[in-house]
Amino acid sequence: MAPTRYLRSSASRDVNPDLDIERKTPSFDVEKLTTILDGGAENTRVRRAVEAVIHSDPVFSREDKYFLSQNESYEAAVKKAVHLKKMMHQMKWSWAGSECKYCNRALGGEVAFTLHNIFMESILALSTDEQTAKWIPLAENYRILGSYAQTELGHGTYIRGFETTATFNISTQEFVLNTPKISAMKWWPGDLGRSATHTVVFAQLYIKGKCYGVHPFIVQIRSLHDHSPAPGVTVGDIGPKMDFNHIDNGYLLLQDVRVPRENMLSRFCEVLADGTYVKRGSEKINYFNMIIIRVKMLSNEVVPTLMKACTIAIRYSVVRRQSELMPGDQEAKILDYQTQQQKLLPVLAIAYAFHFMNEYMNELFSKGYREIKQKNFDSLPELHAFSSGLKAIVTEHSTAGVETCRKACGGHGYSLLSGLPSLYTRLAASCTYEGENTVLLLQTARFLVKCLGAARSGQPVPPSVAYLSAVNSERCLVRDKRDLLQPDVYVEAYRHVAIRVLSSAAAKLQALVQSGAEQHEAWHQCTVQLVHAAKAHCHYHVVKSFAEAVEKLGQEAGIQRIMKHLCGLFALHGIFSNTGDFLHDGYISGDQVDMMTASYLDLLAIVRKDAVPLVDAFDFTDETLNSALGSYDGHVYRRLYQWARKSPSNTKQANQVYENYLKPLFQNGLSKL
Amino acid sequence: MEALERHVTAAPLDVRAERRGLAGRSLPARSPARTSAAAAAAAAAIIITMNPDLRREREAAAFQSELLTHVLDGGAERTSRRREIEALVLNDPEFQHEDLNFLSRSQRYEVAIRKSALMVMKLREYGIADPDEIYWFKSFIHHGRPEPLDLHLGMFLPTLLTQATQEQQDRFFMPAWNLEIIGTYAQTEMGHGTHLRGLETTATYDPATQEFILNSPTVTSIKWWPGGLGKTSNHAIVLAQLYTQGQCKGLHAFIVPIRQLGTHEPLPGITVGDIGPKFGYDEMDNGYLKMDNFRIPRENMLMKYAKVEPDGTYVKPLSDKLTYGTMVFIRSIIVGDSARSLSRACTIAIRYSAVRHQSELKPGEPEPQILDYQTQQYKLFPLLATAYAFHFVGAYMKETYLRITGDISEGDLSQLPELHALTAGLKAFTSWIANAGIEECRMACGGHGYSRCSGLPDIYVTFTPSCTYEGENTVMMLQTARFLVKCYAQVSSGQLVSGMVSYLNDLSGQRIQPQQVAARPTTVHINDPASLVEAYKVRASRLVEAAAKNLQGELNRRESKEDAWNRTSVDLVRASEAHCHYVVVKLFTAKLSEISDAAVRAIMTNLCLLYALHGISKHTGDFLQAGILTDAQVTQVYQHVKDLLAVIRPNAVALVDSFDFHDSHLGSVLGRYDGNIYENMFEWAKKSPLNKTEVHESFHKHLKPMQAKL
Repeated sequence: MAPTRYLRSSASRDVNPDLDIERKTPSFDVEKLTTILDGGAENTRVRRAVEAVIHSDPVFSREDKYFLSQNESYEAAVKKAVHLKKMMHQMKWSWAGSECKYCNRALGGEVAFTLHNIFMESILALSTDEQTAKWIPLAENYRILGSYAQTELGHGTYIRGFETTATFNISTQEFVLNTPKISAMKWWPGDLGRSATHTVVFAQLYIKGKCYGVHPFIVQIRSLHDHSPAPGVTVGDIGPKMDFNHIDNGYLLLQDVRVPRENMLSRFCEVLADGTYVKRGSEKINYFNMIIIRVKMLSNEVVPTLMKACTIAIRYSVVRRQSELMPGDQEAKILDYQTQQQKLLPVLAIAYAFHFMNEYMNELFSKGYREIKQKNFDSLPELHAFSSGLKAIVTEHSTAGVETCRKACGGHGYSLLSGLPSLYTRLAASCTYEGENTVLLLQTARFLVKCLGAARSGQPVPPSVAYLSAVNSERCLVRDKRDLLQPDVYVEAYRHVAIRVLSSAAAKLQALVQSGAEQHEAWHQCTVQLVHAAKAHCHYHVVKSFAEAVEKLGQEAGIQRIMKHLCGLFALHGIFSNTGDFLHDGYISGDQVDMMTASYLDLLAIVRKDAVPLVDAFDFTDETLNSALGSYDGHVYRRLYQWARKSPSNTKQANQVYENYLKPLFQNGLSKL
Repeated sequence: MEALERHVTAAPLDVRAERRGLAGRSLPARSPARTSAAAAAAAAAIIITMNPDLRREREAAAFQSELLTHVLDGGAERTSRRREIEALVLNDPEFQHEDLNFLSRSQRYEVAIRKSALMVMKLREYGIADPDEIYWFKSFIHHGRPEPLDLHLGMFLPTLLTQATQEQQDRFFMPAWNLEIIGTYAQTEMGHGTHLRGLETTATYDPATQEFILNSPTVTSIKWWPGGLGKTSNHAIVLAQLYTQGQCKGLHAFIVPIRQLGTHEPLPGITVGDIGPKFGYDEMDNGYLKMDNFRIPRENMLMKYAKVEPDGTYVKPLSDKLTYGTMVFIRSIIVGDSARSLSRACTIAIRYSAVRHQSELKPGEPEPQILDYQTQQYKLFPLLATAYAFHFVGAYMKETYLRITGDISEGDLSQLPELHALTAGLKAFTSWIANAGIEECRMACGGHGYSRCSGLPDIYVTFTPSCTYEGENTVMMLQTARFLVKCYAQVSSGQLVSGMVSYLNDLSGQRIQPQQVAARPTTVHINDPASLVEAYKVRASRLVEAAAKNLQGELNRRESKEDAWNRTSVDLVRASEAHCHYVVVKLFTAKLSEISDAAVRAIMTNLCLLYALHGISKHTGDFLQAGILTDAQVTQVYQHVKDLLAVIRPNAVALVDSFDFHDSHLGSVLGRYDGNIYENMFEWAKKSPLNKTEVHESFHKHLKPMQAKL
């Protein structure tokens, strides 16, 4: 065993026999699958090296994570961020390199200053060369700490609704920034509440009484000397949240705050000294950057979180025993119950499906990026529509999946020490940030409706919607349950439903318009259906990209076989959970539904055998999982007991509460009453 | 400044009082803390500035929300009595405290235990003894959250009453009643939950000393989770495997002292503590308990039923049907909790959605209320309908329980097994759906739902354990399935069944004519709740039949019954769910005819239709496959759901007002009755622990040194 594996190696540790036996006969090469997931053996090596460095440094310990107050969490995150900065410098790791990504993975994302990077990225994207030259070195050396202030208390997704104003004053050559009312306060930006000295503020630009829309301005909000708020600035933390309590999400109220004209980020628009407003270049590249953030978020944050939850829940489910399957036998492992398999194994399949989806999307974006660099923006609408819809369904299913894992661990899943509640509360935020999911799905739907129209009138359409041009098949022709495991069979079924649901939404839309409704009103009437259509489109693509990825694994027969099972499980689970969509126009028959259910249940039993190797392949260290239930060695109960005893609630056996409340209660009691 | 902030939070009380005043109720006496001129001014200012959107919503409602409140409470008198009880808490300065969101876990525990002690004293002072009134008082004091004495009051004392001998009651009951003894109920172990036979704790009888020796022989046998065990209790009722004369006699209950009276230190042989932080339940000291050769006198075994004689002879208990009654009662409470928790979440999300404006519906027009978006309505209104449905199911279960326990005193327990089996599923069905629904409400509030000021994260984390406690939901569903399959077998062998499962009787008739299901005439009227009840009934009977047949198929193929059962369990759970869904639709529909006010009945009929049709739209596969609905009807169902959303829309705020949650109980800035959300979010945020100082100490400790070095 390579030395870098010491963190999860079974060689040096005793492993719970119930977990050990699950690893004895995997149907595939686990280590090989890990390297495939990492995108190559070299990546796996680098990742493990980074993890070894991080985990051996006590400053990065996450041992007491579950016991910290909001203040302590924030302080710990700041301390780690500062230390990480130093370490990256020493190790000569670059912020843009894969090491940084792996650091984040090892630390569970619990470091401050994440918005500082967004601050820098936004300057790079939005500023002129002179502005970049001025601000980036300051930020890189942490002379200033940045945040990114877009969302307002009363306004989120709809950027045109922002109320913060920046009024140009020609005589002083300054912008005067104001928060005209409470709902206009900047609200939510990370690192803003306590840490940041500067922030990019998005405000409605006014010149000589005329509004030019929302523009970005660099505003200093705190003194570089003593960190006190700058004049006219009211800034603070927005208070406790469901999670992210290590981050000081903040509010910002601006009263006549003046910034020089040069502080408007002016790559695309500039205000000249005389107040002339000049527009230049295309903002589309900027748009592309926003989409990239979304895509990165899915592969770096969302899907790994789901994988961690699967790891914890599946390992726990082979250690936990409950009731009897055979009279007189030992209590059975809970993963041997069909109902437990049906909760967890589809979620595992979802995790793999989304992993391959992300890879596909990354390829698509690399291609798009090359085109865009050559000023060819043709693929932008498609990339935007595709990433919007996928962000919505990936975050929705991942969030639900993590919660399924938590609940499948019964009572112990409710303990923070299981690690599962924190995975959920972190992920739950992703459904609303970087675009609220319903809004995103409707953006995808708008694109689909347009493409459907184009496809029907014979015009060319982008590749991801090319399927709309083909004639829709009428019937699924399967006669045997085994045929349902053929990828082309289920991919076709998803394609059929995607076309049908979209067509019927489009038809409804058209009917409403023809009966005299205005376009926006007709659209409004159809939104529930349109969301459904966007989801069906995305679901089809996830199934398709998974099936194609499996196809490409031909070199690795064992891995290809198990991945094909997982792909089938993912596809059939989707049908099983939503038979109505497939039965609706008779595409599949009632008998075929029964066959499909039988196939689906068979797959559960097959995947069950490899469940532990399949989560081992994700290769999370115990330190990263930070779970009493999910450790590699499976000593669940021992660890739970050890960790509980460290809880601050147990530091003194008889605590203050006894003296203050219980003692008087016991002694005087209520006997007088 | 601090004083002012208190007044701002106090103000909505007056707003609520104003509204309730309209309903013919006098203003509660003001507490001294709120009588200052500044407070009055602040309150007045807020009354004047009641959010205009919410005011318009309330004016536009087609029914009187107060009348619907009466329906929910079970009569106008009960509404008024409930509010009286709530006023006792509201007007009592001793029950006031800082916003819990800003307190550490230890501080929250401390607040809770202080209020609990006070609660017990005031209950007796006011002479509140009716169980419903105690429940109102308790849940209003603790804002619907758990509290450290829950297990003492809800399990320890009742268990003494039902299972202790007279001698034991003399010894333990009064001290416990007077809180000199505080007890808990220690059943669950670290490695064992739902499957009671698997518990490992042992109590071995030693005739020489006439004592039981209690042991936790393994790590997995450590008692784990009992509420109030960690820090609060000095006694516990411990469930352990009884060994006497070398034989295991199964699980029995023992009264075990765990802490020294006077010092509260753990007794020798006892290791006890708190199990650490959880998703929620911050105020509860869920605990662990490990016993090493800990001895208790023979008389500490609860011996009203089973007994161990001084010489070690074991005397068997008679019947255990009585415990069914307790379980049915607890399940009815969980179903009620499902309804209440979902109602609270709906109240917050719907009020917020009426105040929040976003984007545009029509180009050039101002940003509309987000409640005007069809997608937002589609998220929230079916949940609102579900909350009402579950209210009626909870009430039905409670009534049925009371009726049947009336029978118990007359010795007729014949209905208990059925009720026990069927309510298991309803507990699971309602808690799963409410659990998911609360999160949907939270996410429908966008980013602000994620802030603890919304109150929604707290509702969720408090509610979600009900999916696992008092019987893990999947296990519960399978219990109901077992009963359904039994009934199906009974019908197949020619016997009729009665009650909620009587629809299974129809199956035998259908088997005689083996028609193609799709060929059967479709007679569902999608505008008629009664017809929809029938549709749900057919669906349930189909799925029960399918599960039973699959089970039979597996049984024919395998040796082990358990194995066959396991291989059919996904189908069995589906059958159970379909059965429960039918029961809920049926009970909601039945409730409609009991509503006397025409306007209230009209809106409730629409909600009931929405509940039933939305349920169909989410399970179209079942209805299509069984030939209950055609493709065209399914399309109509989808359309009708959307039509109903538009009908509910003008009444949505009034419908949540009817739940009548007081602002202090709701605990949500987004859900405030007066709708003044943004200014109060700002006020709330200012109190955040991170804002205690203008410059956080981390600046001096970490940021500044870093900047100096670079």
